[in-house]
Formats: sequence, C-alpha cells, structure tokens
Amino acid sequence: MGNDHFVRFENVDKSYDGKQLVVKGLNLDIEEGEFVTMLGPSGSGKTTCLMMLAGFETPTNGQIYLDNRVISDIPPHKRGIGMVFQNYALFPHMTVYENLAFPLRVRKISKDEADKKVDKALSMVSLQGFEARMPMQLSGGQQQRVAVARSLVFDPKLVLMDEPLGALDKNLRESMQYEIKHIHENIGVTVVYVTHDQTEALTMSNRIAVFNDGKVQQLSSPDELYERPVNSFVAEFIGENNTFAGEVTDVSGDKCKVKLNSNIEIIANPIVAKTIGQKTTVSLRPERAIIDPEAAMDNNHKGKIEEVIYHGDHTRLRVNLLGNKDFILKVPNSSNRMDIKEGKEINIGWNSIDCRALDPK
Amino acid sequence: MSKEQILSSDGIPLEESLKKAERKNKLKALLLVAPLFLFILIIYIFPIGDMLFRSVDDRMITKMLPKTFVAMEKWDGQDLPDEPVYEGLYEDLSLLKKNKTFGKIIARLNYEKSGFSSLIKKTIRKIDKLEEGNYKEQFIKIHKRWGQSEYLVALKNTAPNWSYAKYLKGVDLKFDEKRNIIQQDEDRRIYKTLWLRTINVAFWVTIFCFILAYPIAHLLATLPMKYSNLLMICVLLPFWTSLLVRTSSWMVLLQQQGPINDLIVWLGWAADDNRPELMYNVIGTFVAMTQILLPFMVLPLYSVMKTISPSLMRAGKSLGGTPLVSFFKIYFPLTIPGIGAGSLLVFILAIGYYITPALVGGASGSLISNNIAYHMKSSLDWAFASALGTMLLVGVLAIYWVYNKLVGIDNIKLG
Repeated sequence: MGNDHFVRFENVDKSYDGKQLVVKGLNLDIEEGEFVTMLGPSGSGKTTCLMMLAGFETPTNGQIYLDNRVISDIPPHKRGIGMVFQNYALFPHMTVYENLAFPLRVRKISKDEADKKVDKALSMVSLQGFEARMPMQLSGGQQQRVAVARSLVFDPKLVLMDEPLGALDKNLRESMQYEIKHIHENIGVTVVYVTHDQTEALTMSNRIAVFNDGKVQQLSSPDELYERPVNSFVAEFIGENNTFAGEVTDVSGDKCKVKLNSNIEIIANPIVAKTIGQKTTVSLRPERAIIDPEAAMDNNHKGKIEEVIYHGDHTRLRVNLLGNKDFILKVPNSSNRMDIKEGKEINIGWNSIDCRALDPK
Repeated sequence: MSKEQILSSDGIPLEESLKKAERKNKLKALLLVAPLFLFILIIYIFPIGDMLFRSVDDRMITKMLPKTFVAMEKWDGQDLPDEPVYEGLYEDLSLLKKNKTFGKIIARLNYEKSGFSSLIKKTIRKIDKLEEGNYKEQFIKIHKRWGQSEYLVALKNTAPNWSYAKYLKGVDLKFDEKRNIIQQDEDRRIYKTLWLRTINVAFWVTIFCFILAYPIAHLLATLPMKYSNLLMICVLLPFWTSLLVRTSSWMVLLQQQGPINDLIVWLGWAADDNRPELMYNVIGTFVAMTQILLPFMVLPLYSVMKTISPSLMRAGKSLGGTPLVSFFKIYFPLTIPGIGAGSLLVFILAIGYYITPALVGGASGSLISNNIAYHMKSSLDWAFASALGTMLLVGVLAIYWVYNKLVGIDNIKLG
C-alpha cells in the first residue's frame, strides 16, 4: 500500500451552533487502499467527519488533507470522491445506465468509454442487463449495488460510505458486507465507511475508528479492538463485556490487584489504571472465563447461576459473581455440560491477562 | 379446456360468495359517498349541463311563431313566400298581441337582423285592422319590408330549435342571409381580441408566478423549520385574506397618486406631472393577478420539493456535477410534476378570472370573464354568456388534454 496518510484529519473541530463541539480536535490518518470504518453511537460525530471529508460541511477549525493537499477550499464536485449515501440517493428520474453515466458525462468522457466503464462497474456488482431499469423498479439490495457501482464508476481514489446497509434486512446486509469487502479487495480503492453496527465494522474493515463524544476513542484493527480495548467505552461498545468496579491496591509488573466493591480482590492487567489507589473498571470478555478451571488460573471464584439461556450452539449463563449479578458466561454446547441448572454454585476462573483494568465508568 | 369452478366451503361458487360478502361493504361505501355525489350533481353537473343547453337553445321563437314556421317549410327561400306564410304570421302575431308576449320576439328578431323591431311593432299595432284573406298584400301595405325577401329569409333562419350562432359570434363570425359563415363586420369584431388577451394574460401570469414561486418554494422546502414556518405564513396570509381586500389594496398601491407612483417619481423615473398609469390597464391586471395566484404555484411546487431528498443534490455534487449542472440535471427535472400542477392550476384559474380584472383592468385589461358577466347582468343575452362559458370550459379541457399528452396527469402532484 502507498501513502500512509492519504487522508489526514489534523486537529479538526466542528461546531454547528457555536456552543457545542460535535467533533473535538480530531486527528486521524488513513492509508491509501485501506478500508477504515468510523464506528460509534449516533451523535458521536462520525457522519459529520464523513461530510467534512466529502465537502458538504466545513471544519470549524483544523485541516483535512487528501493526498497531501488541503481540501477545505475545494468544492465537493472537484474533490473526486465517490460517495454512497444512506438512502442510496439514486436519481429517480434516470435509468440505471444514466445514473452511472452521470459522473462520466459531467467529466466529458466519450460515449464509448463511458459505456465500457458503466459495463465494468455494473459487472462488479453483478447487475449487467439492468441498464434500462429505473431505480424504483429495483429491490433495496439492487439499488444499493447500483449506488456502490455509481460511486466507483469514475475511478475515484477514495470512496465514502455513509451507513449504506442500514435499510437492508439482516441476510441481505450480511451478503452485501462481503460483496463490498471483496470489491474493495479487488480494486484497492480507499474506503471510509460509517456505521453504528459493530459486526459490520468488525467483518469489513482493515481498521476501525471508534467514535464517542466527538473523539476517536481507539483506532486499530478489528481483533486488536476486540481483544485489547484501551478504555471502558470501547470495551463496552464492541462485543459483550463483563465489568467489575473497584480500586487498584497493588501493582507489580504486568499484574495488579483490584479490590472490588464487594471487598474481594482479583488480579487484573493494568492498562489504564496503573497506580495504587486509582478507581477502575475491570473488563472481561464472557468467553475468556471458564467453568471449573483445570489449569491454575490466577483468578478463581465461586458464583451462583441466576439464569440459563439456551442459544443452540452455546448456552449463556447469567451468574452472580463477586457482587456482579449480570456476569455473563458462554458455555459451548457439548454433551458433558448437561448439569447446568439455575441456582447451582460453580467455580469460575480466568487469566489476569484477559482481565483489563481500564478507566472507571 | 374447461376451467374448473372453485367452490367455497358451503358449495356456492367462490366468485359469487365473494360478491355476496362484499355487497354489504359496497353498499355502505355508496351510502357514504351519496351526499357528495348528490352535491356534485346539483351544484356542478346540473348547472354545467344547463349552461351547455342554453348556449344552443333557440326554441323560444319557434314556439311563438309555430304556424309561420310550418308554412315556411314549403318555401324555398328564393322569392317572396306565398300566402300561407303571411296567413300563419297573421295568426301567430294576433295571438302574441292578445297575450301581450311580443316583447321577446322583437328583441330576438332584431338581433337576427336590424330593422325587425320597427317592422314587428308596426305590424302588431295595425294587425287588428286587417281583413280576412290576401294577407300577403295587406302585410306589404303595412310595412314595405314584408315585401323584401331578406327579412323573410332572416325570419326563416330562426326556425331551427337549436342553433350554434352564439358560438360563431363568440369568435367574431356570423351567418349571412344565405346561412354562409362569414366574418363579423369589422367594427363589431371584439371577441378574437378578447380571447387572445385572456390567453395572453393567463400565460404571462403563469410565467411570472413560476419565476416568483420557484425560489420561494425552494426556500420553504430547504430552510430550517422555524424560518420555513414563518415564510409559509407569509405565503399563506395573503391567501387567507379576502380576494376583494387584496384587489382593493392593489388599487390603493397602483393608483396615480399612490405610493408606487410616488416611489417612481421620487426615484426620478417619471416626472410628477406625467405619472405612469399602472391601473385600469393590462399592467394592473398582470400585477394583481400574479400576486393573487402566487400561492397556487408555491404550494404544489413546495409539496414536490419537500419530497426531494437533499442527498440527491449532494450525490450530484459528489459525482462531479457543478452546482448548476446538478440543479438542471437532477433537481429541476424532479420538480417538473410540481411545475406542471402549479402552472395548470394558475393558468386555469387565470383564464377565467373575473373580480381582479374587473376592478383593476379597466377597458384594456378586461378579460373574457368580464364579458360573460356583462352578458349575464347587463345585456341579458344568457345564451351568448353560456356559449362563451362553454368555450372557456372546452378551452380548459383542451389544455388539460394537451398537458396529459405531454406530461401525463398521473405526474401531477398537488400535495
């Protein structure tokens, strides 16, 4: 991959009303050819960032660079950025062909070449033969694909996608995720993708920028994000998460002791909370805790099963553990685990390395 | 190939049992629309039918001179008719004199050919003194016009029960004595000018309304709620004000000593002793009608523009279209249904507009509807008023038809 700061946000602030900052001092570098997802709850500023990049909003402060050029003064139509909108924004009075030919025609590309490009773009989303249809005659998924094809037809170096799959049903959404991912892999275009759906983000992206409160909380690869969240918000937002609130009582190397509110001490991995006396929230993924641990794990506690929820391939247990009544455990479905019942006391163990002491909530 | 009949569970054919089940609902639905249907029938269909009927109805004279017309059937219309026609005339006119109902016939016949008025009046005055037999000679003795075949031809021409002469008059044509269609005498040709002026005014008012309404509607559709509501009230407030009040206020504004003229003088565009006439001519009609009909253009445009997603323009720009190209290739084509609806509405309203041109139009700014009103109220030629009204109606239907062919009526959006 080429330029490692193909897109660069430098100290970007954005405010709509002069009272509140929607985006606060944002710094973000995106490499050429990368698939970066901006993930976050609604109102976290991710769509605003995308709109600033596309040129429909101007940053209140700071600069945005595209391919080492400041783009704040370039109007949207000269930026050459492809964009897929939330509701597709296909031109309803034009056929599929005309929709795709629009960006080519305004670029004064000859008809022969335009035909070739449209054909290529349509074959990319396997919609050949739909040229003469009107957008209204297409299903949601097909409209979606036309929108993707249209954003790519003029060979932009950067494509922005603003929650493009939000309106599709679950199955279609999943297959479209793979389709978009494959298109990205095949043509190597840089994609900035906005979504609030974490599964979507985890499946598709090279890197994910988790947004909250106008700031990027963490920017890293999907596995990194899931396995090693840097703060409570990320741990809570991505995947399932068990938490214990407490105070650091001892730190030694890569381990620390955390005294929980129930006065029991557990051993954790000091990530944010590194000094004695610091308040912390300890985060632990459900699948990292095991029932009846055989190997000597450095945390081993008793808990009472409150609820058993059957999920087919696994069973989910809600356990009252160390004062946390909503501690979730995932037990894989196997024949020797038939004795799980409500009210039963079980031993639960986990390694301190999986148990991250983060900032307090 | 015989289609197998599907039976419902009680053995009745499915189609029939479906109808049975639906019958009650249909009846209820009919009852619900019945008041509206009656209303439309009484206040819309019936008056229009009556108007159509009146415009061609010419039976009055046929009923008043029955014997004359029967006798005239045998006459070829070349030379003077024979005795039976005069005998019929004698009997019919005597009866009319006895019943004192000859007023209408005088007016009707004089309209057909001038000179009939004195002819009939004189004849009726002397009709009692006529002796039996040889009426032809006696009639000619009363008035020499009874011996001129053109009067008798004119009389014969009024015989048919139905006549489209009013329609001919409406486009400055008429029948001559031999029932050929010819142009109206030059000094009486006013309707062609009137029609052209009406269409011209309606057309330009539509264009002005469009030019003014498009940006307003666009603002209404795109401004944030609190501003667009205010703007909407500004659009609707005049709409809610009485038509007469608005027209009279235009009269205040446009008169020669009015504020607009004051402004023009103050700006030095005209001398104080040479103030331009802004009213009682076609300018007044244009200005006042454009203002009054503006909401009818704004509202359909607004309702269409509101449905156009702002992301379409953004998409256009992000795909490389300049704002202008995006506007003309994307936004404008999508507003065509609204433009169509608004223009059709404004044009149709303008073409039949009455009060405003009557008040501010003066002689050179009055339209066909003012002439219809004149014939309804002053000249009492209801048949002609009906004919003009029918022509107006047909014109509007024709516009509607053309519009449907060009744009398609399904594409109209009123909101």
